[in-house]
Amino acid sequence: MKRSTIDIWVGAFVAAGFAGLLFLALKVGNLASFSTSQTYQVQAKFANIGGLKVRAPIKSAGVVVGRVSDIKFDNESYEAIVTFNVDAHYKFPRDTSAKILTSGLLGEQYVGLEAGGDAAMLKEGERLRLTQSAVVLENLISQFLFNKAAEGKDSKDGK
Amino acid sequence: MAERAPAGGLAGLLERLGHAASSKIWRLGYAARFFVYILLHSGTALRRFGLTIREIYFSGVLSLIIILVSGLFVGMVLGLQGYDTLQRYGSSEALGILVALSLVRELGPVVAGLLFASRAGSAITAEIGLMKATEQIAAMEMMAVDPIARVVAPRFWAGVISMPLLAALFSAMGIFGGYLVGVRLIGVDEGAFWSQMQSSVDVREDIMNGVIKSIVFGIAVTWIAVFEGYDAAPTAEGVSGATTRTVVTSSLAILALDFVLTALMFTGGNAR
Repeated sequence: MKRSTIDIWVGAFVAAGFAGLLFLALKVGNLASFSTSQTYQVQAKFANIGGLKVRAPIKSAGVVVGRVSDIKFDNESYEAIVTFNVDAHYKFPRDTSAKILTSGLLGEQYVGLEAGGDAAMLKEGERLRLTQSAVVLENLISQFLFNKAAEGKDSKDGK
Repeated sequence: MAERAPAGGLAGLLERLGHAASSKIWRLGYAARFFVYILLHSGTALRRFGLTIREIYFSGVLSLIIILVSGLFVGMVLGLQGYDTLQRYGSSEALGILVALSLVRELGPVVAGLLFASRAGSAITAEIGLMKATEQIAAMEMMAVDPIARVVAPRFWAGVISMPLLAALFSAMGIFGGYLVGVRLIGVDEGAFWSQMQSSVDVREDIMNGVIKSIVFGIAVTWIAVFEGYDAAPTAEGVSGATTRTVVTSSLAILALDFVLTALMFTGGNAR
């Protein structure tokens, strides 16, 4: 086989290999949606973050606007400090509230942002004041059980 | 001392065990020195890149058919099996995630590595072993041509370059096969198939780690292949034994390395 033919085949092979990698990165992975656009960092304190993980999405009105970049424990207030990057395209008022929500009944957890009415917008490094912790299923069930028990007692006392 | 050899007692057993262990360790050390020697003498392979390109043709391009066809079929089977299991839980849209993650993380590098070991690794061993048996290697040394730089290093680098490309093509082809079966044949929603896949496959965590795995497997397989070929006894039996050892050892090495790499890559992230 002539050397130039071998070169052509190897060139085609290498090109196909890189095309395969590109296909994986763009079509299969999230590189396309992972734009290199600017982000700004916002922090929020939560009493309980449930099962929130680093890289969990930040959603507002169901649209992904950013990702959680860091989760730390504050040893003074005994709360969790969640740091997240919000895409610079999206501006939020300063009194925006953050909630930890669950997609589906038992799905992954994400941070939901609800815009407030302040005229000033959030800036890099600011902290959200209004937060709502994750709903922990065990707490919910025990609350429900205690309520039921209390109800039963009330109705017995009432008789 | 003549009657010592067939000793069936404890001493004889220990002696055989010790001999087996020390010869294994000696071989391992020889293989490690050989690896360093290849790295030190790969200047020629990289400077006269034509040599390496020729070997990429033999170990990469000629492996394409088996890699692409197996990738397609593995993906199609994943599509069928995954759909069958997922639809029991009413989440057949997650088929894209299942196919993509299992291919990109595990099956792509591992199965492509196993196929590469048996298709290209065995050929490398047989070729080098036969060159040794027919004294071509010795002739090169006579002509003051370093056989490691001229014969071994180009094959080594060709394997290291080919393997990640083959694994990427395997994964891409497998995802295409999963798409064919899942979306075209069974009728999973096309938008959900791709968008769920994109939302849960991470470029760095999943795809890059898969590429790193395939590079490591490429190094391991070609290293074992060139070493076994160079170390083969210069007889017909020696070459055939070396070829068998290449396939067995590199398959086991791939599986063991895969376990170690998976433990390092995919459990650290989840612990956070």
